[in-house]
Amino acid sequence: MTTTAAPLDVETIRKDFPILGRTVRDGRRLVYLDSGATSQRPRQVLDAERSFLETSNAAVHRGAHQLAEEATDAYEHARERIGEFVGVSAGELVFTKNATEGINLVAYSMGNAATAGPESARFAIREGDEIVVTEMEHHANLVPWQQLCQRTGAKLRWFGVTEDGRLDLSDLDKLVNERTRVVAVSHQSNVLGTVNPPEPIVRRAREVGALTLLDACQSVPHSPVNFAELGVDFAVFSGHKMLGPSGIGVLYGRRDLLESMPPFLTGGSMIEQVFMEYSTFAPPPQRFEAGVPMTSQAVGLGAAVDYLSVVGTDRIAEHEHALTDAAIRGLGEISGVRVVGPTEVESRGGAVSFVLDGVHPHDASQVLDSLGVAVRVGHHCAWPLHRRFGVPATVRASLYLYNDLSDITALLDGVREAKRFFGVG
Amino acid sequence: MQLESMYQEIILDHYKNPHRRGLRDPFDGESFQVNPTCGDEVTLRVKLDGDTVTDVSYEGQGCSISQASTSVLTDLVVGHTLSEANTTMEAFVELMQGRGQVEPDEDVLDDGIAFAGVAKYPARVKCALLGWMAFKDAVAKVDQGVGTS
Repeated sequence: MTTTAAPLDVETIRKDFPILGRTVRDGRRLVYLDSGATSQRPRQVLDAERSFLETSNAAVHRGAHQLAEEATDAYEHARERIGEFVGVSAGELVFTKNATEGINLVAYSMGNAATAGPESARFAIREGDEIVVTEMEHHANLVPWQQLCQRTGAKLRWFGVTEDGRLDLSDLDKLVNERTRVVAVSHQSNVLGTVNPPEPIVRRAREVGALTLLDACQSVPHSPVNFAELGVDFAVFSGHKMLGPSGIGVLYGRRDLLESMPPFLTGGSMIEQVFMEYSTFAPPPQRFEAGVPMTSQAVGLGAAVDYLSVVGTDRIAEHEHALTDAAIRGLGEISGVRVVGPTEVESRGGAVSFVLDGVHPHDASQVLDSLGVAVRVGHHCAWPLHRRFGVPATVRASLYLYNDLSDITALLDGVREAKRFFGVG
Repeated sequence: MQLESMYQEIILDHYKNPHRRGLRDPFDGESFQVNPTCGDEVTLRVKLDGDTVTDVSYEGQGCSISQASTSVLTDLVVGHTLSEANTTMEAFVELMQGRGQVEPDEDVLDDGIAFAGVAKYPARVKCALLGWMAFKDAVAKVDQGVGTS
């Protein structure tokens, strides 16, 4: 990778995150290495939410009073900025509770297509159809498709994962075939850190007329991502993993698809006309936003993408790249540590999962916690992937723009301390 | 230091040298339990002679807390009646759910009192209870005739 941007001023960035100033477990400095689960939020995001609630709070897309106007403007303005951030237009973004709901929305809408009008025919899933996922999916991009298959009689198939943690695309043309209706793939593994190449998958899916969905939860927060350039049909990401609030996720759907896709959740806000016998539906994105939506969360996410844009996702990616390299090399020098995932940092993000001979991940993380180092432990909602690598659980350190080399040093020291404490090596 | 309050020597001893580990035949009841948050699992069998627990055997994978707790469990229930085992289990569950506020009774819990420190860590309570939930379920299954004896 060529270095083009100036390095991050982490010290200044950290001042924007009040929580990073606290101590944990008897006065230890907090070393937060769990941003893959949820990121911390800068003052700018907290202030934006608070300011909105103190000045303009109202239910959006209903009411004609001044606050309702201001709230609707703030909500839609956030949608525009978030759209720009991922290279698509605002009308192609649907706000959901989280990314999981976004994937379920597509899966259930497709399930509903069989009984919707002829304009939805292309979404219908029938017995004999196939849906393709990967063995490295987060449960959120696996279970909804398993369930859709169960409801429709379609067959679930998946790409395997190579020993070094890369997606095995060697049977791409066979797996994605004329029976395939959907290919749902993670952009960046939340466990392995692997960045998957959407291009060949999108190309093959188009050849056979299958739809693509990209789980971009772990890529959008950490690197420049442009859905239009990638050419995917759908994509999801979540607010709380990118410095924004929890309770908001985003579904991107290509305009022509959202316009012909039947709704999932129905009720207020998403209608065009309602009679006692039947209803017609609003155009997207409102068609997919039933009920009074989350508003301060949307405003907060708008502020989060502003923050990320000012810092620069290209610079964040380079920063994490350097830290990931240091973490992988440092772990490699500790005997008994096995990194689960690519040890080459090319096409790899900042999630570093590992196991330690003779120390269960739960126990290792307890030692790390006692030193103030917050990591995730378990299967990280990717149980089949852990089974693939023959481990019940891993310890995962995941990085973000506010981490620096001292955090990596703390992690490595903690791993050595875990070995010492449990009398291993 | 906090670590030592959780990882008492007794726990580490049971973890490194677990008692009655391995699955044995014959048995009267068997249970498989899994902790869905971390993937830890245990398969546990009970053998009864009338009302008395004559053997508890188990196999599984898990952290030191779950493995040691299951090992201690076998010490506490083997050779005792189901009624006594139940009393012990209730005392252990009460200790684990007490957020560190329950004073354990050594006469009832013996080595089990070592887990008092674990009760202060809510995320680890499930680990300590995994084997006990398996024991409870395995006993319940005895009546369903799932065993081999």
